[in-house]
Amino acid sequence: MSDVKAPIETPSNLPPTEAATSVGGLAGYARQWVDNLRGGELGVLPIIVGIIAIAIYFQARNSQFLTAGNFVNLIAQGSAVVIIGMGMVFILLLGEIDLSVGYVSGMGGVIAAVLLEPGSGQWATWLAVAAALGVGAAIGLTQGFFVARIGVPSFVVTLAGLLGWNGVVLQIIGSKGTIVIQDKFITGLANDYVNHTLAWIVAIAGIALFLGQQMATVFRRRQAELPNPPWAVIGLRTALVGALAIAIVAWANSDRGVPYAGLLVLGLLIGLSFLAQRTRFGRHVYAVGGNAEAARRAGINVAGIRLAVFAISGTMAALGGLVLASRLSSVDTSTGGGSTLLYSIAAAVIGGTSLFGGRGTVRSAVLGGIVIAMIINGLGLLNVSAGTQFIVTGVVLLAAVTLDSLSRRRSAATGRA
Amino acid sequence: MAEQNEQHLLELRGVHKRFGAVNALNGVDFHVDVGHVMALVGDNGAGKSTLIKCVAGIHTIDDGEVLWAGEPVSIHGPKDAARLGIEVVYQDLALADNLDVVQNMYLGRELLSTLRRLDEARMEKRSREVLKELSVTTIQSVRQTVASLSGGQRQSVAVAKAVLWNSKLVILDEPTAALGVAQTQQVLDLVRRLAEQGLAVVLVSHNMNDVFEVADHITVLRLGQNVAEFTTKDTNQREVVEAITAGQLHSVPGMQEEALA
Repeated sequence: MSDVKAPIETPSNLPPTEAATSVGGLAGYARQWVDNLRGGELGVLPIIVGIIAIAIYFQARNSQFLTAGNFVNLIAQGSAVVIIGMGMVFILLLGEIDLSVGYVSGMGGVIAAVLLEPGSGQWATWLAVAAALGVGAAIGLTQGFFVARIGVPSFVVTLAGLLGWNGVVLQIIGSKGTIVIQDKFITGLANDYVNHTLAWIVAIAGIALFLGQQMATVFRRRQAELPNPPWAVIGLRTALVGALAIAIVAWANSDRGVPYAGLLVLGLLIGLSFLAQRTRFGRHVYAVGGNAEAARRAGINVAGIRLAVFAISGTMAALGGLVLASRLSSVDTSTGGGSTLLYSIAAAVIGGTSLFGGRGTVRSAVLGGIVIAMIINGLGLLNVSAGTQFIVTGVVLLAAVTLDSLSRRRSAATGRA
Repeated sequence: MAEQNEQHLLELRGVHKRFGAVNALNGVDFHVDVGHVMALVGDNGAGKSTLIKCVAGIHTIDDGEVLWAGEPVSIHGPKDAARLGIEVVYQDLALADNLDVVQNMYLGRELLSTLRRLDEARMEKRSREVLKELSVTTIQSVRQTVASLSGGQRQSVAVAKAVLWNSKLVILDEPTAALGVAQTQQVLDLVRRLAEQGLAVVLVSHNMNDVFEVADHITVLRLGQNVAEFTTKDTNQREVVEAITAGQLHSVPGMQEEALA
């Protein structure tokens, strides 16, 4: 790769960070990366370090932790929180909060369970799933209406939602206590495994897609005579992602295989990342989170964006609720309660999405969800009490938010708030 | 007006704007020509902001005429103004700190390629071109976030954003108010280049040095009326300041109005 053309020639009176972008070659990229780290843009580094540290700790305490069987369990356990957390990422990007996602996920599970109860009134599976997701979206829209159109703080609206939807779940379940789900599709989400060959095909296709997407970007930028990252960077990135994908599939396939919920997470990761990064809607979400007044003046329908984002959150919560219900093959009065809400917020924040709005990625929910699933799973293997689990998760959440705040302060200090 | 026969890009005739009992604009005449910088000066409460907001479509005028290239037009919203080719750079710039330069320049008007994807390459290319045309050389990467830019650089981005849309008239509201000496110079150079490239520029400013450095003409507002219009090279700061503080009013507002204004 030839030298990257300097965007705009200039005397260098800025910190070296910006200068590095105009320096071509691998060395320039490496230097820029180090500068970004110093400047408080930590990226995925802390979380990768965290995942490795947690893995080492639990493996040292219990040799079961890193077995293929436990790895497969981990995927099934973590999926629901990851899925709900992905919706939460969009909410946090706006600088809002949605405290209702726990019980909205409960609503999703309960509605599907009720509609699929064997008997004369049983719905078709796809219809029941659509109804559950539809209810999630409608709840999101309703709450979003109060936030976006009336101007009630999202904290209060969704706090009311937390209480209210808990009540609705109790009402629906009534005296039955528990509804067992017999539908094969729903129970299969978390308890059935992708055919080993299919998993390999998906992994290979995913790697090809990842590489192809980067090549397409390079091609388009070259056409527009814009500088491109060196091929070595693209190659390295693809190799890392490829190695990770192959390792996951190989590891899972050596046991039962990848749970369908894992496949669902992958699909959502790709689809929602596309929505956030490559579409006008996603750009506007970031803009509203960064400066709502600027967005309004740019002609963006700020209220519409907020409504849509709350609808996304509600839908994702309901979908996560289906996965939760699937794992237990039943729903009861506590479905979606307990730590579901906190874990999904924690997943997004631990993964690097800022609570202050405007900064974050969909993948952060996956990374943060992995951390949380590892902690719950690992502590479970160590036979510690639920109390200890909560304490540890609370400490991890606090650490993540502190890191977020510190990196923000650091960014402000180096002029990149 | 002296040059009635000449066609101005934008001309306001006898514009009135009232807010309740307050006559914010009381029969204001104003004009700006292609390739010229018109400074709009006046004390606080003179009606400068109201005037530019009327032109930008944020306020609608109560009375009077607005002519665009000689044709009467009515501006009822920011979209009308944008359609005519009027862009306003407000004092607070309206940039999203978390987005990069290109994303800010195209905010709300993103270019799309197939499958409704954002066409980043085309947007980045055009952004670079516009910045180059305006000789904005201090921004090193158009992919750095606006948060990392200095005040002058932000101002340049906001101006470039306004110019991006083939606008014909750019209104700058106190563009140098928050800037240091070197950055003020950057922005003033930029204002001059806008006019040289054939745009009409309205510069709202309190700073007489800035006004005298870049403006071709100066309109003075006082208490909602235009009290004087100068050609910069034929006047001096003392004369302008005198007009700002004690310019001849064509109708003397009541005490109450003056207090409110």
